[in-house]
Amino acid sequence: MNALPSQPRIRIPRSARVGEVIEIRTLIEHPMETGLRHEAGRTLPRDMLTRLLVRLNGETLFSADFQNGTATNPYHVFFVRMEKPSHFEFIWTDEKGRQARAEARVAVA
Amino acid sequence: MMIARRTCLALLALPFAAVAQTEEALRAAMRDAVGDKPATDGGITLRVPALAENGGQVPLGIVVESPMTAADHVTTIHVFATRNPTPGVASFRLTPMLARAEVQTRIRLAEDQRLIVLAETSTGRVLRTSAELRVGSGGCLS
Repeated sequence: MNALPSQPRIRIPRSARVGEVIEIRTLIEHPMETGLRHEAGRTLPRDMLTRLLVRLNGETLFSADFQNGTATNPYHVFFVRMEKPSHFEFIWTDEKGRQARAEARVAVA
Repeated sequence: MMIARRTCLALLALPFAAVAQTEEALRAAMRDAVGDKPATDGGITLRVPALAENGGQVPLGIVVESPMTAADHVTTIHVFATRNPTPGVASFRLTPMLARAEVQTRIRLAEDQRLIVLAETSTGRVLRTSAELRVGSGGCLS
């Protein structure tokens, strides 16, 4: 319906020890076209993601608001200390309100 | 006739307006981000290449010194490019659930320039740092 065709990729460990800091890497395929570029005499239409929202067990963990200086195929890395089994949700939204989603679970022992 | 000529001039001016970022645009973007709070230099480490071969994909690592506790943590990190067509790169919103105030991303830079990073903390402080980067081939316009 209003889903983005973009393919997200998440790199996250499947399990962690209590107190361990894990690295989470996210990448989404997207042109991040600013509307400022020209090709063959015409302006390429703007097509930008506006936001990445990451939730941990239903609570906002991290978010990024994108402007023109964010590169094609937005890539983000951040770090979380694991205390309990965790469910991560990743939601990218574009300027038309279309979304791409991914999720991951990390077991904690 | 007057209107037609004015429209024509405006169209001519447009590509240049899009390319040239003014000092005011940068100041306005920074004010929109953190208001008029004074910024303290330091407390932020930037990991960037001195020379970015491809301006379209420049790796950027930001680490802010912060305990990341509920009482004292980094709430927002703003990134500005001083010589891109528009100054905004991204704003990151952090929570104390993050282990540290560290974000890595990839940005685009049109030409050699200075990158400015502002970090806001839950205690009301604003930290600032900047880095000069040289760019091999520009990443915004082609």
